[in-house]
Amino acid sequence: MAIKQGLLALLSRGPRYGYQLRAEFEASTGATWPLNIGQVYTTLSRLERDGLVTPGEQDEQGRVVYTITEAGLTEMARWFSTPVAQSDRPRDELVIKLAMAVAAGADVRPVIQAQRVATMSTLQELTRAKRANAESPAQRLVIDSMIFQAEAEQRWLDHCEVVLTASIQTQERHR
Amino acid sequence: MSTEPVLRLADVTRVHGEGPQAVRALREVSLDVAAGELIAVMGPSGSGKSTLLNLAGGLDTPTSGEVAVEGTSLTGMRAADLAGLRRRHVGYVFQDLNLIPSLTAVENVMLPRELDGVRAAQARREAREVLAEVGLADVADRFPDEISGGQRQRVAIARALAGQRRLILADEPTGALDTPTGDEVLQLLRTRCDAGAAVLLVTHEPRYAAWADRVVFLRDGEIADMTSAPMESAR
Repeated sequence: MAIKQGLLALLSRGPRYGYQLRAEFEASTGATWPLNIGQVYTTLSRLERDGLVTPGEQDEQGRVVYTITEAGLTEMARWFSTPVAQSDRPRDELVIKLAMAVAAGADVRPVIQAQRVATMSTLQELTRAKRANAESPAQRLVIDSMIFQAEAEQRWLDHCEVVLTASIQTQERHR
Repeated sequence: MSTEPVLRLADVTRVHGEGPQAVRALREVSLDVAAGELIAVMGPSGSGKSTLLNLAGGLDTPTSGEVAVEGTSLTGMRAADLAGLRRRHVGYVFQDLNLIPSLTAVENVMLPRELDGVRAAQARREAREVLAEVGLADVADRFPDEISGGQRQRVAIARALAGQRRLILADEPTGALDTPTGDEVLQLLRTRCDAGAAVLLVTHEPRYAAWADRVVFLRDGEIADMTSAPMESAR
């Protein structure tokens, strides 16, 4: 599930408190995926159990700072390098993944390229299915609907690449 | 059956201009298109898509590397021979269809065959056959402005297919067509492919690229990525 890896991505920039993670998660995803603080602490304790983060000492207000481990960094890298499958995704995982990759300062272009090839392969499979079902209008329209969704995702990936390339160039000019 | 590809690009580089102003439109691109294969090329504007298509059809010459059509290298070929090879083996479908408004559909389709020395009666018979194949037998004797945009595009495709040319080069052939009509255009190209033609399709629309066996992504004149060919059993 993407909350886990999203928190790891934020922690890859340095140790954070739970409440900071919640605020940064919402800021990175444009508040399209609100988190309650309970979800954050439940997720952190699972990450701790799995050896992906380590908690520090409690301060006098009872707050704990969390630090990502080597295993946590490896898990984050694995997530970024794995394309989301069209069939088994919670709808927004790809969006969250790209937003988090940007927020973590990762190189987003390989993420976009890997996803673009995966989405195009899905689109090719759907098109073959459409040709095989050419005589059934209902099935064809259902497949068409999936084709339009995959196409929208592909266009959005192209858009992300152009926007990110432009923003990198702007940053370089300001340096 | 020969395993030689219908189109082969080997380490093809195309540089426009010289010295510090030189622009490398294409860098060491290698690509084979076999008979029965439909390959789509995608990429942002300026990525080298049109350069690739022009080189494949012998309309432009590579700075280095080699282009071969049906096993014949285009390198060093005389202009007259190149023109002959293009007419015999290569069919083009462009976004702007280049149909001649004062000729009927059938006359447009037979024109390149007549230029190639085929006698008018035979060229007309071939043109009617290929127009029937693309579903336009009924409008063969109409002028371009008397038929719909989708029908005009199919006339342009029929013209590219006439004379059993095996290499079809298509540059944004779906133009401004609505999506069902665009799908029909791709269905036609696909059918021709399945009958043994090799098709190289340039498009910026993912939904049409998805009709291909392989999709090539161009970036800054290089092949950045490629989807793998489907399993043989899926053909």
